[in-house]
Amino acid sequence: MEPRPSTDAESERAEEHRGRYKIFLGMAAGVGKTYRMLQEGQAEAEAGRDVVIGYLEPHGRAETILQSEGLEVVPRRRVHYRETELEEMDLPAILRRAPELCLIDELAHTNAPGLEHTKRYEDIEDVLAAGIDVFSTVNVQHLESLNDQVAEVTGTRVRETVPDAMIGSADDVVLIDLTPESLIERLRAGKVYPNERVQAALNNFFTVENLAALREVSLRQVAEEVEHKRAITEPVLGSREERLLDTAAPQAIHDRLLALITPTPKSQRVVRRAWRSAQRLGGELDLLWVANSEPTKDEREQLDALRRLASVLGAHLLIEHGDDIAATAARVAQERGTTYILMGRPKPRPAIRRLLQPALPFRLLSLLPGVDLRIVADRTLLSGGGNGKREEL
Amino acid sequence: MTAVLLVLVVLLAVAVVWLAAMHLQYRRRRPSRLPTAGAKRILFPFMGNALSQRALDAALRLAKAEDATLVPVFLARVSWHLPIDTPLPRQSSIALSLQEAIEQRATAWGIPVDARIERGRTYRHALRQTFEHERYDRIVLAAAAPGSNGFDAGDVAWLLDNASGEIVVLRTAHDKTIEPPARRARRRRHAVPAGTIAHVS
Repeated sequence: MEPRPSTDAESERAEEHRGRYKIFLGMAAGVGKTYRMLQEGQAEAEAGRDVVIGYLEPHGRAETILQSEGLEVVPRRRVHYRETELEEMDLPAILRRAPELCLIDELAHTNAPGLEHTKRYEDIEDVLAAGIDVFSTVNVQHLESLNDQVAEVTGTRVRETVPDAMIGSADDVVLIDLTPESLIERLRAGKVYPNERVQAALNNFFTVENLAALREVSLRQVAEEVEHKRAITEPVLGSREERLLDTAAPQAIHDRLLALITPTPKSQRVVRRAWRSAQRLGGELDLLWVANSEPTKDEREQLDALRRLASVLGAHLLIEHGDDIAATAARVAQERGTTYILMGRPKPRPAIRRLLQPALPFRLLSLLPGVDLRIVADRTLLSGGGNGKREEL
Repeated sequence: MTAVLLVLVVLLAVAVVWLAAMHLQYRRRRPSRLPTAGAKRILFPFMGNALSQRALDAALRLAKAEDATLVPVFLARVSWHLPIDTPLPRQSSIALSLQEAIEQRATAWGIPVDARIERGRTYRHALRQTFEHERYDRIVLAAAAPGSNGFDAGDVAWLLDNASGEIVVLRTAHDKTIEPPARRARRRRHAVPAGTIAHVS
């Protein structure tokens, strides 16, 4: 009897045999994911590969239907469910047909009950496991981890979600990008939905604000995927300096901001600036108070307010006890991988203290040489406050 | 020996003079007229994308007269299908812009500001949360007017029943509004070109 191969060897072989997976990701319906998938399918067929359409949902769009012409289609199967007849992708037929490349639209779709799998992305796993390459499409709001974020941004929650691992397991993710204005133009021209649905779509989901936010989420998602893949796949070679640069690069892409605060209303300006910077950089924000004594009643009140503000902003409030602010902040920054520190204007100090110890920003710069430091201006010092003079905004 | 002693005395004298000069400079630089937190607190709740300039000015006048701290509270609504403690980036962005504008204006008046963002399922829920979390002596609010955000008659009646302290309601018809910069810029882009006659209803 031959010895059974190890599980590792089995999974390695399955991995080698597995088809290649390409996902076309879009911010919303109508950006041209299906069209682009068909275009690339046509190019593969032209190059002599055996390409079939496993499932296509052209939504009656003439351009999309035209692009699918000439490609073999695996007929859909009919499924009876609660006295209705539904059309679903025919997974067994695709596996029997065993093409080199199969185009499968809308990977977030939920199958009718009674089929092999509940979700279409599970069907796709079977197709890939059979060694067939797959091209598929999905919109960003279907990604599980972004579902809440997208719902908050657009006010619309989608029920059909796919695990983020599906995107992570894809060999290629192609972002189909379109400006919000162009997509709205396509919608108005009747290229996305039939005319009777256009106005409702424009009034609800397809607003410039919603689409701009979704576009940002999609771009960021793909950037993160690319960065993640780069961090995993790039070999570390070359001289010591090159290796250092190489290992430093992926960390440097993720910005993490640390705002040094005190439990006073003045810190809110620092928090506001820090949060805006974090939003622009797509980074996480930590708020740190280094306490050298127990908080007073007023400070506790302010801390509660800061805690609520941090929760609304999605930031993390940290309280550390210590007498040396710079040393404590430097330790926290190192632990949390901070790339950027923001702080308010330090209080003026008496000459003797200035002689004995450098100011906080200088100490931070020397303790954290790789971290950027920004000092947020205190506007109250510019205003000559208290004169009652009105200033136009 | 005497020469060394003399040099030491001169050096010491220079050091003392230098330290005294630095200390004087520090005392001069130390801000003396910063707005300091007033004992009284005036709540100024607002919602939406813009806030009434007249209502804000009235709140600032009151705060100035009473030497009080202005507490602008942005009321953020959380959809029912999201957890109440969910982060709200879009509303936060608007809130922080408006709070920045309020702070600028208040600073010009020399009034201390202690801003808040309060979440709730509805504006009234967010107000109720505010009353639970904040100390305050007075509430100043803008009544709803066509084309601007504000509290309607029902809200005001609800406030009279549920809030303690004095309530000042301001009618803000034909009001100027303060908006976040992004919104202002967008409106400018869509503005009627110079020289064209626009219909104003």
